[in-house]
Amino acid sequence: MSIKILLKDIPDYHKIEVYRQHGGYEVIRKALQKSPDEIIEEVKKSGLRGRGGACFPTGLKWSFMPKDKNIPKFLCINGDESEPGSFKDRQIFEFNPHQLIEGILISAYAIGAQTCYIYIRGEYVKWIRLMQKALDDAYEAGFVGEKMKETFGTDFYTNIYIHRGAGAYICGEESALMNSIEGKRGYPRVKPPFPAQCGLWGYPTTINNVETIANIPPIIENGGEWFASIGEPKHPGTLLFGVSGHVNKPGVYELPTGTLLTDIIYKYAGGVPGNKKIKCIIPGGTSMPPIRGDQIEGLKMDAESLKEVGSAIGTGGIIVMDEDTDLVKVLARITKFYWHESCGQCTPCREGTGWMLKILNRILDGNGTSKDLDLLIDVANNIEGHTICALGDAAAWPVKYMIERFRDEFEARVKRSIKIDIPNKVHSMRRTQIPLTEIKIDFQ
Amino acid sequence: MKMETTVEIQFTDQELQKIENLKSRYLKPDSVILEVLYLLQEKYGYISREGMKYAADLLGMTEEQVLGVVTFYSMFNTKPIGKYHLQVCTNVSCMLRGAYDLLKKLEAELKIKKGETTPDGLFTISEVECLGSCGTAPTIQINEDYYEDLNEEKLVQIISELKNK
Ligand SMILES: Cc1cc2nc3c(=O)[nH]c(=O)nc-3n(C[C@H](O)[C@H](O)[C@H](O)COP(=O)(O)O)c2cc1C
Ligand code: SF4
Ligand code: FES
Repeated sequence: MSIKILLKDIPDYHKIEVYRQHGGYEVIRKALQKSPDEIIEEVKKSGLRGRGGACFPTGLKWSFMPKDKNIPKFLCINGDESEPGSFKDRQIFEFNPHQLIEGILISAYAIGAQTCYIYIRGEYVKWIRLMQKALDDAYEAGFVGEKMKETFGTDFYTNIYIHRGAGAYICGEESALMNSIEGKRGYPRVKPPFPAQCGLWGYPTTINNVETIANIPPIIENGGEWFASIGEPKHPGTLLFGVSGHVNKPGVYELPTGTLLTDIIYKYAGGVPGNKKIKCIIPGGTSMPPIRGDQIEGLKMDAESLKEVGSAIGTGGIIVMDEDTDLVKVLARITKFYWHESCGQCTPCREGTGWMLKILNRILDGNGTSKDLDLLIDVANNIEGHTICALGDAAAWPVKYMIERFRDEFEARVKRSIKIDIPNKVHSMRRTQIPLTEIKIDFQ
Repeated sequence: MKMETTVEIQFTDQELQKIENLKSRYLKPDSVILEVLYLLQEKYGYISREGMKYAADLLGMTEEQVLGVVTFYSMFNTKPIGKYHLQVCTNVSCMLRGAYDLLKKLEAELKIKKGETTPDGLFTISEVECLGSCGTAPTIQINEDYYEDLNEEKLVQIISELKNK
């Protein structure tokens, strides 16, 4: 079964005239005939869950927005796309920008937002230009902004602006994203209050991922039930799976949720070069716990199935590593990323990521001991759940689960520990005279 | 040693108008700070202390606030850099497909280390985080453009083309 909701095989679909030829901007017209609550109900019925990583039900999120018509409300579209291994939202910017714009219009109407910002990572200059072109065309055609009143004959209208980031992974975290739009350092905020109560400039705000919102027009056009019937019932729809690393045909594949991971890798992404075995897979961007190559047989790619194997679907960015991959190197590189991107507000995250990196580098240099592995897990456990935002967890999980799931490989890289019994726990051995015979070497 | 010449920071009327227009999109002018900083960087090559002061005055922010923003984001340079900024992604997907070899090749080819600029002021090498281009790894960003699916030959070719431009 091949169902394409987001990346259709229609040439030039990114052009407004082609999009319109295929019924584009007619769904917003239809949506404006319904009440905002009816739209929210339809989205709830569809079972759509957020594609930004946390899988939160979209309709439910929208229902948290206050109904008061007299206060400003905002919608932020998260196109920060900085999770390593993720490169899907840019496909929408490039190949289906108008469906995203139409989705934004419908969503804004549902939550009553008069202003929407599409936050796009600063490096995506090309995709910002493509998106801006689409937006200009939509404005000119009267589908966005004040002209909407005339075009659709209703009171509702909304403006959409692109906001360019400037290189900071943390700005993908929703509250950091709002601080960034406000012109501040991109520090995540303490929650509660949640954005629906207190968001941009203190006003109610909803933040949704690009892919999430691009799903809205087909849901409103074909009905929630139609969408709910695609893929896995608890996590319906298609996903843009980005496959990278050791595969013959890396790229983005739109497939229903619940597609077998082995099908994605072997049928679509062309298998592993040299027919090598798979050692490790990161299933949804580097923040998600890695899984072993021998865990993937029969594994379906959806939120619930991945939970069962102790991981998560995240952004659907699948990184494949063959049998010759040095996982210590991979883990050190992942940890370097989180260390570099930590905003520094919380001590466990700011210090912990640095410690983990130092220890991993020590192991890479051949100076680690097996105690270091437990120390790493200990540090990771002390970060997890003890921070303002989920970057802390994202840094802890790969360390914890990579070591747990590939303990043999890590053990092989560290020296067996040397246990030295020192009375009174002195920290420096300079002045202690311990007879050599008392130093016990413990080969565990 | 080359002296850093102080240039007077001043936007043209057209640029100021652009900033004014952008301000109308937000509830407060501070939101435009990233755009102002991009403009400064584009015009003057990097963001100097004078540039930060100019931005602060323009938006009614304090210099400290602007400094805080400039230093938070990786895309702003507070020192002059080469004409071509070679930003090599070495995150996992690129690393698995040879990014560190590319970085080494680049360092050998240009005889500088990452973080340095060639004496002729043409190239600066930086190691950067995932560029969102993992499906076409390894990827290097040169100024605004992405160069994807790279290998050593392609890279050497690109560098020699840039040198002769
Ligand atoms: C450190 C961090 C980085 C994040 N980066 C992104 C991102 O680049 N894009 C994104 O859509 N969501 C990102 N998120 C998730 C957002 O906070 C938020 O949950 C999401 O945008 C909500 O949209 P959704 O409900 O449609 O998924 C990130 C979260 C964290 C903790
Ligand atoms: S967990 Fe890390 S990134 Fe998140 S707020 Fe704390 S220090 Fe910043
Ligand atoms: S890892 Fe290099 S672009 Fe994503």
